[in-house]
This record gives sequence, structure tokens and C-alpha cells, in this order.
Amino acid sequence: MTIAQEQGTIPQVVPVEIGRPRGGPKEKRTLRTDRWWISPAVTATVLTSFVAYATFAAFQGKDYYVGAKMHRDLISPFYSPCIAESCQRVAGSHPLGIWASFWNFSPALLILIVPLGFRLTCYYYRKAYYRSFWQSPPACGVADGHRSYTGETRFPLILHNVHRYFLYLALLFNVVLTMDAVLAFNFPGQGIGFSVGTLVLCVNAALLWIYSVSCHACRHICGGQINEFSKHKIRYRLWKMITPLNARHMQLAWVSLVFVALSDLYVRLVASGIIHDYKIF
Amino acid sequence: MSEVTMNVWRGDSNGGNFEQYKLERVEGEVVLDVVHRIQATLAPDLACRWNCKAGKCGSCSAEIDGKPSLMCMTRMDTLPNDTITITPMKTFPIIKDLVTDVSFNYVMARQIPPFTPGDPEPDGTYRMQQVDIDRAQEFHKCIECFLCQDVCHVIRDHEVNKLYYAGPRFFVRLASLEMHPLDTVDRRALMREYLGLGFCNITKCCTEVCPEHIKITDNAIIPLKERVVDASYDPIAWLGRKIRRKSKTTAEEAYELAPARVAPTSLDGIPATAVEN
Repeated sequence: MTIAQEQGTIPQVVPVEIGRPRGGPKEKRTLRTDRWWISPAVTATVLTSFVAYATFAAFQGKDYYVGAKMHRDLISPFYSPCIAESCQRVAGSHPLGIWASFWNFSPALLILIVPLGFRLTCYYYRKAYYRSFWQSPPACGVADGHRSYTGETRFPLILHNVHRYFLYLALLFNVVLTMDAVLAFNFPGQGIGFSVGTLVLCVNAALLWIYSVSCHACRHICGGQINEFSKHKIRYRLWKMITPLNARHMQLAWVSLVFVALSDLYVRLVASGIIHDYKIF
Repeated sequence: MSEVTMNVWRGDSNGGNFEQYKLERVEGEVVLDVVHRIQATLAPDLACRWNCKAGKCGSCSAEIDGKPSLMCMTRMDTLPNDTITITPMKTFPIIKDLVTDVSFNYVMARQIPPFTPGDPEPDGTYRMQQVDIDRAQEFHKCIECFLCQDVCHVIRDHEVNKLYYAGPRFFVRLASLEMHPLDTVDRRALMREYLGLGFCNITKCCTEVCPEHIKITDNAIIPLKERVVDASYDPIAWLGRKIRRKSKTTAEEAYELAPARVAPTSLDGIPATAVEN
């Protein structure tokens, strides 16, 4: 029994006072004199550029696969796992096969739902777009751009709570992208080798794994939800491994985002014949 | 010797304005030193709250050039401008000059069910492993300067949310209790329904201003949000509870253990204008 219970002082209604005068000038949005707007502006620019490029790449529906004709087995991460009916041109190259036979549009439009959902609900990206696009707030100590605010308590923002389910799906996608990276060592008609394309897909898969594993939901599921670490030694060890990665979640989010776009661009340039995929050995 | 102009907010609940004080720069000073020199030489009636001058009491919180900071921990030579603006914390009602009424925080502190251990060991003591309590040590560094509360836009820019939002400082407190190996109270529903955890949109300003460098968002708020997901939004966790026949504590049950309570819940959906009127 708590002291308050013993004293019989609960439940007791305590008022919160609002509307009393506050100090400082009312008319100014902020008194900050530094260039606080640079960070949200850069974030908005990079995110907008990525979205523009991803939209362009997703609607292309071609030049996402470098196949046997060029003695390569490279697929863009935007189009993998290539499960749509419209993806049959690469059937046989990938062990997952075709099971979204209803889909006749660009396969990327179906596939990108998962990474988009994962990043949209990611705790870091939430900060990034709330600040840079939604202006809520644009920077610390700078007034919110909206008159009312309910945060993530209502639809649609309450849906952010599904983040861990997007994590599960993103981890499955990472398995597929790892398979793609392994298949990139295969040079049809030439045996096993290693090219710049192989390196690109390997680095991309590695970055996506590290970014996904460093996620706050992953940290929670692996051990964060436990109160007695001493009784769950394996989960504690996992939590200890993920915690330093989690501290770099922002950097990993950016690096993996930029690299996945660069990977698509590289495959696209090779597939369209603009550049040649240099074979290292 | 160069000069500095201090633009200090002077006023009370009836209104106020900036007053300028020109002083010589003295090497090694912090902002609080300059405020003390203003009190000693130019404006003896300037009100400011302070105590330790070592960044440990959390008394001298204010906004320096628009950034919530401790005056005693802000060195003058780190401020690039020759005119420095000092205002009281914006989130709380003004008392006089740089002094604000932070009693909102004490009201919110009373909404939290305190540490409630289970039965002790047969010898009457409690035991826990160091590894179990390490994580909460970070939260105990909090000096209650309330800069995190001040910078949080949920109540800074939308004062009506003070009715149902505890704020970052108290999410740190809740995290230290929820993660404690000996504590037995489940506060997850309470955090969701009454203490407004869902209002936080994790923009990390609380972490940016914390003078104790507590990773408030990453280590306290997000883990709490994930625990609330376990309790309220995860169908697999719900199924697990059903199979193991475990029930979760309701918000009302947890609230019964709190020293006090405020009336509305964050889920009441009271229109902001109706409350403000």
C-alpha cells in the first residue's frame, strides 16, 4: 500500500491551470538567431528527391533486371522480390517465383509498399518528416505550424503503432535482397565471379539489414520489453548488441535510403546499356 | 574589452517587454554570471531563479537566444552574437521577469503511481541484479530543470494539451518505474489513456535540450510507446495474453494507485476551443 493510500488521500482531483499569461513576446515565431531552418530544409530536399526518383523508377516497369544476355544476374532492389505477373521476364532467375498473378502494373508499385510502410512508420523518419514537412515543430523552440494538435492519438497517425509488423515484413524482404546479392555472384555462361554490380547489391543488402536491425521496435522485441535482464541472458545480449546500432539509427536510415536509390540507378544504367558492369574477377 | 548587450524580458502576468543592458564582456563567464552582474549594477529588481550554479539543481532554466537552456551552463563565448536575448520559459505562466510558475509539473508528477515493489524475500529484503537496474540509472540523472517540458511543442504551442499530457520529464520517470525489476504496477494503459504518451511525435527536442544528456526519446519515450503497443495495439501480444490467461492492468486500476488525478483523459476528445474557453 502506498503512503497516499494509507493516508486515504486518493483519488483526488487536481486541477491543471491553463490560459494564464506567459512571458516573452507573443508575436514572434521564434527568438532563435541561428540558421535553424537548414536542417528541415535539407531533410525535405533529400526526402523529396528520393520520393521523386523512386516514383520515376517504380513507374518505369523496365530496365530493372540485367540477365543472361549480358552474362549477369542483377535485379534492382526496387523490384525485388519480383513476385508480380508482369515480372515473368525474370522468372527462373529467382527462387520465389510469381504469386501475385493479379498484378499487371509495374511490379515495383506492389513491392515498394513494404519498405515505404517501414520507413514511413520508422521512429526516425517520423521525426524527419514531422519537422520538415508537417512543421510540427520545424525545429526546437520554433512555433508549431498548426493551430491544434492531437499527435499520434487518432487516425491516421495512430497507425504508426503497426511499425513492428512492417519490421517483420522488411526483414523478410532483406532475406530476399540477400538472396539477390548471392545470385549476383553468378555470371550466366561465365561461372562465378564478382563485379561492381555484385558489390553494389551486397552493400545494399548489408545496409538494409543493419538499418532494419537497428530499429527501435527491433530493439524492444529483442530485449527492451524485459525488466529482468539477468533472467533472459540471450535476449539481454541481443539488446546489448542492438543498442549501439540503435543510437546510429538516423545515420543508418539516411545511408541505406540513399544507397538503395543508387543501387537501382546502377542496375538501371547497366540494364539500359548506358554503362557496362565492370567485372572485377 | 568588448561589450555585450543583454536583451532581457522584464515583466509579470500583466505584461512585459525587453529591456537592454550593456555590459563589458568578462572572460570565462556564463550567462548566469552576466545576469547577476545586471542585478548587482543595473537592475537590482531583476528576478531570476538560481541555486547551485553548477548545472545540478535545475533552477536557472530560461531561453537564451530562443533556445531552452540552463543559464549557468551556457558560456558567453559560445554565443555568437553581440546581442543576447534572454526570456523566461515559454511553456509556463510567468511570475516575474525570468521566473516562471512550474507547478504544472508538480501536478503531473502526482498522476504517476509510485514505485510499488512486490513481496520481499523471506529474509525481508529485496534483491536485484546490477544488470537489471543499469538501464534505469540514466533516468535518475534528471535534475528536473523542466527544459524538456518547456521545449515540447505539445504543450508549448498547444496549451490545452496540458490537461492530458504528462510531458517528457514524466515519461522519463515512468520509464524508470516501468523498467524497474522490482516494480509490480502496469502503467501502460494509464500512459495511453490519461498521460498522453500518444501525443508525443518523437521530434526529439527534449533530448536536444537535456543538460544531463539523457536520451529521453530513444531510451524512455520510444520504449514506453513500444510497451503501449504490446498492451493495446499488437494482436499477437493480445493472443499471447489470452493463451497464457494473463490480463493487463486497466488505466483506472493503475490510476487508483496515483497520489492524485486530473479529470479528463486524452481519449475524451474534448475540443480544444471548448476547454480554452
